[in-house]
Amino acid sequence: MAARTRALETILVGKGLVDPAAVDALIETYETRVGPRNGARVVAKAWMDPSFAQWLRSDATAAIASLGYSGRQGEHMRALFNGDGVHNLVVCTLCSCYPWSVLGLPPVWYKSPPYRSRAVIDPRRVLGEFGVVLPAETRIEVWDSTAELRYLVIPQRPPNTDDLDEEQLAALVTRDSMIGTGFPRARP
Amino acid sequence: MNGPHDVGGQMGFGPVAPEPNEPMFHADWEKRALGLTIAAGGMGHWSIDESRFARENRHPADYYSSSYYEIWIKGLETLLLQHGFITVADLAAGRPVDPSPTPRRVLREEAVATLVSVGTPCDRLLSASPEFAIGDRVRARNINPARHTRLPRYARGKVGLVVAMHGGFVFPDANAEGDRSAAQHLYTVRFAAAELWGPQGDVRSDVHIDAWESYLEPV
Repeated sequence: MAARTRALETILVGKGLVDPAAVDALIETYETRVGPRNGARVVAKAWMDPSFAQWLRSDATAAIASLGYSGRQGEHMRALFNGDGVHNLVVCTLCSCYPWSVLGLPPVWYKSPPYRSRAVIDPRRVLGEFGVVLPAETRIEVWDSTAELRYLVIPQRPPNTDDLDEEQLAALVTRDSMIGTGFPRARP
Repeated sequence: MNGPHDVGGQMGFGPVAPEPNEPMFHADWEKRALGLTIAAGGMGHWSIDESRFARENRHPADYYSSSYYEIWIKGLETLLLQHGFITVADLAAGRPVDPSPTPRRVLREEAVATLVSVGTPCDRLLSASPEFAIGDRVRARNINPARHTRLPRYARGKVGLVVAMHGGFVFPDANAEGDRSAAQHLYTVRFAAAELWGPQGDVRSDVHIDAWESYLEPV
C-alpha cells in the first residue's frame, strides 16, 4: 500500500489537484493538535461546573465550542452522561464515525468489524473484554452513530477527587472513558 | 446497499483487540492516506456520503481483507476515477499521463486550519414540520436501497421510541448521489435490545440510532 499511496500522491500533486504542504498540515494537525486531551478538558469542566454540565446536556456543540473545540467530525455534538445504573457506549456500525474534534482520530479497534459488529448485540461482553465490569443491574445504552451527530460520553467523576482542580481532574479522564469502553483513572 | 460495511449484529469477527499504547498511525503511508483523502475532498467535488459509498461499495472479500486506510485509498481512487480527475492510465503509470479537469478549488496549506475548525455542518432549516415527536413509537421501514443509506439492517422492521429530535439534516441517501439540497428531519430512536435481537438481547440494554424521517413509519 505504501507504493500505491505514493503513486496516487504523485499523480494528484503532478496534476495540481493536491498541495503536498496541505497534506503535511493535515497530518500535523491530527498528530499534535487534536486529540483526547480536548475531550478530557470538557469532561473535567463538566465535573467541576454544574452550569457547564447543564449546557452540555442542552447544547453540547456550543458548550464544547466555548472551550475552542469545534469543526470537522464534531460539527454536531451530543454529550451522554453516565450515572448510577446507566452506562453509555458509542459505536459506528456502518463505518467509523467518531468525535474527532474532542477525541482525535479513532483507534483501530473502534474502526474494526469485531467492535462494530458486537457493540450493539453483545455490549456487556464487549465491555468485559475492555475490563469494564458493570453491576448486572446497570443499563447499557448503546449509541450507533448513524448520522452526523457525534457522541461524547461524560463518565462519572471518580471518588475522593473533591480537592482536585480542573487540570488534575482532566488527567484522570481516559480516551476510552469518553467512548464508554473504560472508566476514568483513580486518583494517584 | 446491503454491503459488507453494515456489520451491526454480525458474528464471526472474533474478539475486540485493543492495542496497548496504540500509535496513531501504523505506517507512514497511512498518514498520507488520511491527508490525501481530506485534501482531495477539499476540491469540493464529492460529499462525505459519496465517499462513504465509495468505500462500502466493494466486494465483501475485498472489504474484509483490507485495512482501514487501504479502504480509504481504494475509495479515493474510485472517487477520483468517477469524477475524471485520474484515469486508469495514470494509475498504471504511477504518474500523471492524462489531463484532468480543473477542480473547483485546491486545498492550500493556509486553508487547512479553517477546514479543520469549521468542518462541514450539515444541519438545515426545514419549513416542513416534523412528522414524529418525542415519545412516538415508530417502526424503521423495511427498505433495501441498492445504493447508499444510513439505516442499518439490524434496525429495519423493528419498533422503537423517538427520544430526541434534531431538526433538518442533509439526507445521506441523496447526498451520496450528488444532491446536497435534500434534507429531512432527523430523530434519535431507541430500540430495546430484545426487540432487535430477541432472546439473545441483553434485557438491560438499548440501542439508539439516528434516523431520517423517511426511514421511519408510525406505529
